[in-house]
Amino acid sequence: MAEETKRTDDVSRRQFFTKLGLGSLSIAAVGTAAFAYQYLEPNVLFEPSPVVNAGKPDRYPLDSVTLDVNSGIYIIHSEEGYFSLSAVCTHLGCLTAWKPELGIIACPCHGSKFSVSDQAKLKPGEKIEGPAPKPLPWKRIWLNDDGDLLVDRSTDVPAMARDSFVRV
Amino acid sequence: MAKTIDQHFDSLRETRVWRSIFRSGTGSSTLKRALAIQQNVFLHLFSTKVRTRMLSVSATWYLGTLTLGTFLILVATGIPLMLYYHPSAPQAYADTKDLQFVVSSGLFLRNLHRWSAHAMVFLVFAHMFKVFYRGAYRPPREFNWVIGVVLLLLTLLLSYTGYLLPWDQLAYWAITVGSNIASAVPVIGGKIHFLLLGGNAVNANALLRFYVLHCMILPLTAIFFVAIHFWRIRKDGGLYSHGSEPAVVRAQAASRSATEIPGGEKEAQ
Repeated sequence: MAEETKRTDDVSRRQFFTKLGLGSLSIAAVGTAAFAYQYLEPNVLFEPSPVVNAGKPDRYPLDSVTLDVNSGIYIIHSEEGYFSLSAVCTHLGCLTAWKPELGIIACPCHGSKFSVSDQAKLKPGEKIEGPAPKPLPWKRIWLNDDGDLLVDRSTDVPAMARDSFVRV
Repeated sequence: MAKTIDQHFDSLRETRVWRSIFRSGTGSSTLKRALAIQQNVFLHLFSTKVRTRMLSVSATWYLGTLTLGTFLILVATGIPLMLYYHPSAPQAYADTKDLQFVVSSGLFLRNLHRWSAHAMVFLVFAHMFKVFYRGAYRPPREFNWVIGVVLLLLTLLLSYTGYLLPWDQLAYWAITVGSNIASAVPVIGGKIHFLLLGGNAVNANALLRFYVLHCMILPLTAIFFVAIHFWRIRKDGGLYSHGSEPAVVRAQAASRSATEIPGGEKEAQ
């Protein structure tokens, strides 16, 4: 019995302290990694608000596509109403442009083309051609109490859904 | 009789101050010359003795040395540029323009930094191709090839982080596109993108982060790996070994196949 316990607890003082030391070092290393990660992740961002005021709806004539370069969104006034598309290409983040002569949205960086109207059975925002992996997302749009169009760039809404349009 | 220039140098080498710094002393014996290399903190990374053939232009085209040369130019021009450049969104672009049009010799330093950066990327690739076609990546140099690949990535990252610093439209969109590539990493891509830029878009935080990466973290990392790279050349037996020359490798392969085809089993015995 005595011999058995001696065999299972056969850890010398040196080994014990080595294990204790390595153990505390690993815990400290994990803690340091966690602190470093938290430190590198900013808690406060001085970035523009995701909600953009796009002004009064009558600024946008029927069947018009308007790019707001600063906020990176399109305000589109179609038969169904006003809706908003992101102007940031889903490929690598370039700012796309509205090509009125072709009736499409095109990205200058790598040539992705996106539909705006229902032509060719594509919903607005869907890709016609190019490397973009996803359609341009629709953004939540609504009217505030002053009658201004507001767009929330941080919220995607389903394409062609009833609530994705503003009707005035 | 007047002393010759060599004799003047010899008496300089005998002085106490000189001997306190360089311990090897005068004389051109093989031992003294070996000690001069071995006891110098910078030169001790290299072999104490090198065959003249290894230093011939055809062996390496000096591409690695030239790459080091451009790196040293980049350090020497980059530090003075830092004295006039503020990595802040309102000032960065104006500072770049000031360096071009207001600061004395600023245009020269900035252009030298830029062209050396381009040259370094070119030379790193040329060096890699030369090593590849010479077969100098073969054992025992596999590990140094890996270090070389790390250095290639560091060079590209240095180039990429430096690209944002002028803070113009070209820089902005290049980094927007480049950092979105990081988002393509599965699962943690978005997180990497956020940490790299210090935000969701290329902003003041991104400029500062790229500045710190460009001026501190990446150069120090590069120096660390360059030191290992040079030290490994010595440890792996010089710039290249006779055995890894294409003609020798072909001859070995030919003799091996010559012995193997008629009596492959005999060799096993």
